[in-house]
Amino acid sequence: MKIIYTDSLVIGGGLAGLRVAIASKQRGYDTIVLSQIPAKRSHSAAAQGGMQASLGACIKGEGDNEDVHFADTVKGSDWGCDQDVARMFVNTAPKAIRQLCAWGVPWSRVRKGDRQVIINGEKVTITEKNEAHGLISSRDFGGTKKWRTCYTSDGTGHTMLYAMDNKAIQLDIPVHERKEAIALIQEEGVCYGAIVRDLVTGDLIAYMAKATTIATGGYGRLYAVSTNAVISEGIGAAIALETGVAPLGNMEAVQFHPTAIVPVGILTTEGCRGDGGLLLDKDGHRFMPEYEPEKKELASRDVVSRRMTEHMRKGKGVSSPYGDHLWLDITLLGREHIEKNLREVKEICDYFLGIDAAEEYIPVRPTQHYSMGGIRTKHTGESTELAGLFSAGEAACWDMHGFNRLGGNSVAETVVAGMIVGEYVADYCKENCLNVSTKTVDRAMKKQENMIADLINRDAGENPFELKKEMQQIMMDKVGIFRNGDDLTKAVDELKVLNRRAKNIALRNRISSSNPELVEAIRVPKMIKLAQCVAYGAQLRTESRGAHAREDYPERNDRDWLNRTLATWKEEDADLPEMNYEPLDVMKMEMPPASRGYGVDNIVPHPDTEKRVEEIETVKQENPDADRFEIQEVINPIDIPAKFTGRNERVGRGFK
Amino acid sequence: MCGQAVKEKQETQDKQDIQERARTLTFEILRYNPQVKGETPKMKTYQVKEAPGMTIFIALNEIREYQDPSLQFDFVCRAGICGSCGMVINGAPGLACRTLTANYPDGVIKLLPLPGFELIGDLSVNTGKVFRAMSERVESWIHDKHADNVDLDKLEETMDPDTADEIYELERCVECGVCLAACATKRMRDDFLGAAGFMRLARYAVDPRDKRSDEEFYDIIGDDDGVFGCMTLLGCEDYCPKDLPHQTRIAYLRRKMAFAKRS
Repeated sequence: MKIIYTDSLVIGGGLAGLRVAIASKQRGYDTIVLSQIPAKRSHSAAAQGGMQASLGACIKGEGDNEDVHFADTVKGSDWGCDQDVARMFVNTAPKAIRQLCAWGVPWSRVRKGDRQVIINGEKVTITEKNEAHGLISSRDFGGTKKWRTCYTSDGTGHTMLYAMDNKAIQLDIPVHERKEAIALIQEEGVCYGAIVRDLVTGDLIAYMAKATTIATGGYGRLYAVSTNAVISEGIGAAIALETGVAPLGNMEAVQFHPTAIVPVGILTTEGCRGDGGLLLDKDGHRFMPEYEPEKKELASRDVVSRRMTEHMRKGKGVSSPYGDHLWLDITLLGREHIEKNLREVKEICDYFLGIDAAEEYIPVRPTQHYSMGGIRTKHTGESTELAGLFSAGEAACWDMHGFNRLGGNSVAETVVAGMIVGEYVADYCKENCLNVSTKTVDRAMKKQENMIADLINRDAGENPFELKKEMQQIMMDKVGIFRNGDDLTKAVDELKVLNRRAKNIALRNRISSSNPELVEAIRVPKMIKLAQCVAYGAQLRTESRGAHAREDYPERNDRDWLNRTLATWKEEDADLPEMNYEPLDVMKMEMPPASRGYGVDNIVPHPDTEKRVEEIETVKQENPDADRFEIQEVINPIDIPAKFTGRNERVGRGFK
Repeated sequence: MCGQAVKEKQETQDKQDIQERARTLTFEILRYNPQVKGETPKMKTYQVKEAPGMTIFIALNEIREYQDPSLQFDFVCRAGICGSCGMVINGAPGLACRTLTANYPDGVIKLLPLPGFELIGDLSVNTGKVFRAMSERVESWIHDKHADNVDLDKLEETMDPDTADEIYELERCVECGVCLAACATKRMRDDFLGAAGFMRLARYAVDPRDKRSDEEFYDIIGDDDGVFGCMTLLGCEDYCPKDLPHQTRIAYLRRKMAFAKRS
């Protein structure tokens, strides 16, 4: 049996994984990153528009701070997030961006003086301050009070990932490429590493570690059309689920991005609308102001996606052989702006649609984009149930996004969570020894060997590509933007059938070394289990919150549903996950539940909400001289690694 | 609902019309799995019905799913962003994911793996190893002994906005390997750094945060395996999918390096 030992094993070489690896390595622990692909090709690279951090240097970011970012994030989550984690996140985001600056990201900078921008369809001149010249600039994004999204043109994820991977190379952190973790090694509630398949040779290797971090991104590819990279299949979350111990949180919380191109589903950044782009219908009419008079195109993503769908249902979509779509108009921004700040978008339109986005409208439609759910963790990033297993980034349900993530908060989460969780991973490495019998490892290895042997030896059975297609279609048709009980019941039943069929996969290409069909055969049963968590969670959650919109339960029901869904797969042969619910404690919330300010208020209040509002009011009255930091300390004290507790400086405001 | 039904019928009809008019494409693909003992490289032909907007990404997946599940290739983002899918398409290296089949009027598309890289199988090559080595060789990171001691609470160092834009311009390389596959010097000289490496160094050379001197850059690229080895045939410039300014940057580095050693 081939065994590799390390202190800190990181599965996934995107922004979150690399940042955790850097943290544990810098603290002196031996660290190995596993990746299916070269790290710089990770899906983090596809993030276009930017990273939120309340630096407030640009004039439209004036008055921004951690509190404003916090309020936007909590509102955006439809009060479904963990407010302690959201607070840790907003306080650390400015530090994360400044660190990336020192590590080489060429953030776009503020240029002093006048410049023309497009706001609400009109040309407006804004004047940047002299003292802000050369500091990191920011652009407008949906669901934010201030221009807070820092960027490098529309290649932000690319520059962040390159800086991060380069830092990892500088620190001599090995990235074992073309390796896929297919199971975790665990016993009695402790994780000891993973069984890993070499995608080239087919060899199975046991990687044993004190701490194992899963940072494998989201599960967008459960859907037939997604903006996600083809590797975003949720396998990291699935191997955690298959332990039978570690729960996944809020898997039904799936975000649809308003503007992916039709039909291929490639993303055009929210920066298009942030910079002034408009959504138009088949008559060339700008419809968003009628639905959302205040935020218009820049309402939260879940809201815009639903409004677009509603509008198309009224017959206002543009017909095409691929179904209806709407138009994204960025022509009003002008060629110069597009070629400088939206050049990836321009390139995508050019190559995939054959259109010049500076002159023609872009056909767009809401498309699966982000997985708010994932491996449920404590604020430290460690699984709530499986010691030694950590998770960060989109793979995790650290839970700063609740039921809807704000644009610009995902790459921000990857690096902030990477910083914070990385410290806790290092602490874990310090406090624990790797103490496990090789018998346990052997058993875990045998199980995977047998699974693969069964696949290769089976003479006839199901085709994994077909099973996947069927699953993806069920998710598209029945677990989409708008959901209802009937469809969800059907989806849950149909997925159960797929789960059974997936136990009988047979291969046409029966070799164990590099073999794409075998890769698919290993992954598809795992993906079906995840799809079942999403569909079943959605069926049971009889309310609408954030991106989870039930047509038959349109109200946000804080009384009965202010909680987090936890899915565990306890019995291997079960045909459904076990669902439990973790309540969110209103009496500990810094921001008690309220309206998000979109559409009609439709909330069933939680019985504690009023009490908590009063309590916070009393704290404020009793401490009339307290500043915002002191108030936060009282109403939402957070535990954060000591090195990240300092206050953040802003231009013209110092550390206030 | 009646209107909706009529509309759906129309869409189905449209799709049928498109299918009937569709061409049949012929893909000739190099097949070789070095993991299988005794296997030898050969060309294999596949027929695929063309769909509107079809890319080589879509076609190759169709072949894998319906005709030959053993076919190996690499795609990740399928949007021209990640650089995974470099291959030789009818004689020219490029990104397969964003290459439309409609670009080939006779409907015959010949696919070969990128030359100059270790072959994993069929169209999949090991670019990761080459680019990790490149990054180590040019020390592709900010050289500043204070970079790890920056006070993260304080305002970041300012940078001229134009400088930031210029760095980004040079940082758009996606390490796809097309420049190396298109490079005649690289064919003759295995250790030649190549355009991606030069571009990476050029990027750090304009970055005021990197404190390396010209002499230090010279130690990395001041020889025949570096910038002086370039024969200026400029296949890199011709085929770079990101339109990076290879020609001017190689020229710039050569001038800079020539002066660096004299001083």
